[in-house]
Amino acid sequence: MTNPNGRFGIHGGQYIPETLMNAVIELEEAYHHYKSDPEFNRELTKLFNEYAGRPSRLYFAEKMTTDLGGAKIYLKREDLNHTGAHKINNVLGQALLAKKMGKTRLIAETGAGQHGVATATAAALMGMECVVYMGEEDTIRQALNVYRMRLLGAEVIPVKTGTATLKDAVSEAMREWTSRISDTHYCLGSVMGPHPFPTIVRDFQAVISKEIKEQILQKEGRLPDVVIACVGGGSNAIGSFYHFIKNDSVRLIGCEAAGRGIDTFETAATVNTGRVGIFHGMKSYFCQDKDGQIAPVYSISAGLDYPGVGPEHAYLHDIGRAEYVPVTDDEAVNAFEYLARTEGIIPAIESAHAVAHAIKIAPTMEKNKIIVITISGRGDKDCAAIARYRGEDIHE
Amino acid sequence: MSKIKSAFENGKAFIAFITCGDPDLETTAAAVKAAVDNGADLIELGIPFSDPTAEGPVIQGANLRALSGGITTDKIFSFVKELRKNVEIPMVFMTYSNVVFSYGAEKFISTCRDIEIDGLILPDLPFEEKEEFLPTCHKYGVDLISLIAPTSENRIAMIAKEAEGFLYIVSSLGVTGMRNEIKTDLASIVKVIRENTDLPCAIGFGISTPEQVKKMADISDGAIVGSAIIKILEKYGKEAPKHIGEYVKTMKDAIK
Repeated sequence: MTNPNGRFGIHGGQYIPETLMNAVIELEEAYHHYKSDPEFNRELTKLFNEYAGRPSRLYFAEKMTTDLGGAKIYLKREDLNHTGAHKINNVLGQALLAKKMGKTRLIAETGAGQHGVATATAAALMGMECVVYMGEEDTIRQALNVYRMRLLGAEVIPVKTGTATLKDAVSEAMREWTSRISDTHYCLGSVMGPHPFPTIVRDFQAVISKEIKEQILQKEGRLPDVVIACVGGGSNAIGSFYHFIKNDSVRLIGCEAAGRGIDTFETAATVNTGRVGIFHGMKSYFCQDKDGQIAPVYSISAGLDYPGVGPEHAYLHDIGRAEYVPVTDDEAVNAFEYLARTEGIIPAIESAHAVAHAIKIAPTMEKNKIIVITISGRGDKDCAAIARYRGEDIHE
Repeated sequence: MSKIKSAFENGKAFIAFITCGDPDLETTAAAVKAAVDNGADLIELGIPFSDPTAEGPVIQGANLRALSGGITTDKIFSFVKELRKNVEIPMVFMTYSNVVFSYGAEKFISTCRDIEIDGLILPDLPFEEKEEFLPTCHKYGVDLISLIAPTSENRIAMIAKEAEGFLYIVSSLGVTGMRNEIKTDLASIVKVIRENTDLPCAIGFGISTPEQVKKMADISDGAIVGSAIIKILEKYGKEAPKHIGEYVKTMKDAIK
């Protein structure tokens, strides 16, 4: 889906300082070489299967299906991966690539902390140095993940600028990369940023839809009718969609974090409330004011609390191939609790946004229809924050 | 066509960067005036952006102060139109791609021509993406300034050949901000530039002292100073212009 200049329709591109241009060109060349290198792919598959625990399960949520009384619901259990989220897929790929390129140090941004934990994990495994930038606000919301990263040997730098959330962590990681390029790979966590990141991250996450396709064909003998995933930058969503893009019968639905609602300023629903802009290396949709100043977005979910969306999602929206729907904090928290009670699965609050939309549409669909929801991560990290949301103060 | 080259016709150029609206536009006007009166050859006016990814903490701070003071692109355009009545030397805007894109490239760049802004510096618009704004810049006679970094290496010739106005050489890796030492082999970069263009080139990032400015101007055609000036604004606020005047005089004297 990518053209040679890293464009997805009008979106994408490489809007970055000249200082970084040779670094992204070097990365693109290395990726182009290794993606078809049998040895690289053998090593990566081994890491996926032996270390991360792939393939992840496609679980038939029978109780949820019965309870909602409509379409059959399957859960793609990325929460069962090592480190508890889909983030590990991309990180193992990039860390291996960086190692092949002779880099000895990984830097990363993180929102909820899942990508930071995954990067720290891969760095520990491969004997690389690791520095993670995390908004100060998020280090408070996700204190447990900060501890996990430090335990894994990474340095966590709280970012105090701007809204002290994910966008500021990305800005700070980009600044750091311009100051130290030769030994450092910026392990970007989502399908965003300058080309070739949106393509590289998508390719490493595409294993999700590759497996869903094989698994559903085996279980049901046909493709699903709907695939639903949450979208911040959009890496688990593009991973879940990718191998279905050419199957027009499969509806692809991305769930954006609406925060307190898309009619308020406290939202992070980029496709629903943003407009086309240029930021963090890419052209895409961004939440911004009339002067192009990036808006201080909000969501209960630190992982979806980002004012932009990956360029391929922007393109899938433009051509009408995927739908992007807003899901509020309230709906997500309800879905978080619902899945816990109904299936005994505590999803990440990010993934709960996707569950919430499935709860809305499943009852309206016939019983012979199939919905696949990607559970991008597990919700242990969110328990304290959700308890607070419900007015209960627990100590982690 | 470009007026920018006149900035390099009186010996080595001293280029001063000032963020519009930090802390308010009256102070910006007085600061520009003080810099011009004390020998600045070109003024780089920053239009603040909420998330300036190429800036260090000092200029980030200026952007935030200006934005929280209620600055907008339209206010800056009106301000520059007034400012132009008293300032004859070339002036360029330094901002981020989204500020131009969001305003509408056609409307933004045609306004630049109307208010006599001579060029545009966009640190997040590399050679590969310049088509985004270049045709419009050509249409209205506004120079799109190219940057060259310590990591540009094999790209220098390509960039220099198609450059306009002047070449902005980034002295060091990393973001803007004062540095104790500049280690890049800038003379080699300048040599490649000279082989590929007749345009002047100036060095920026990390320059704050008279010794540094002299060293940089000796290698190239001029020096750009930003964070050191913003520091004065940060320290003295509305009282900053007279201190900026003194500072610019010291720096300009060092390269005479």
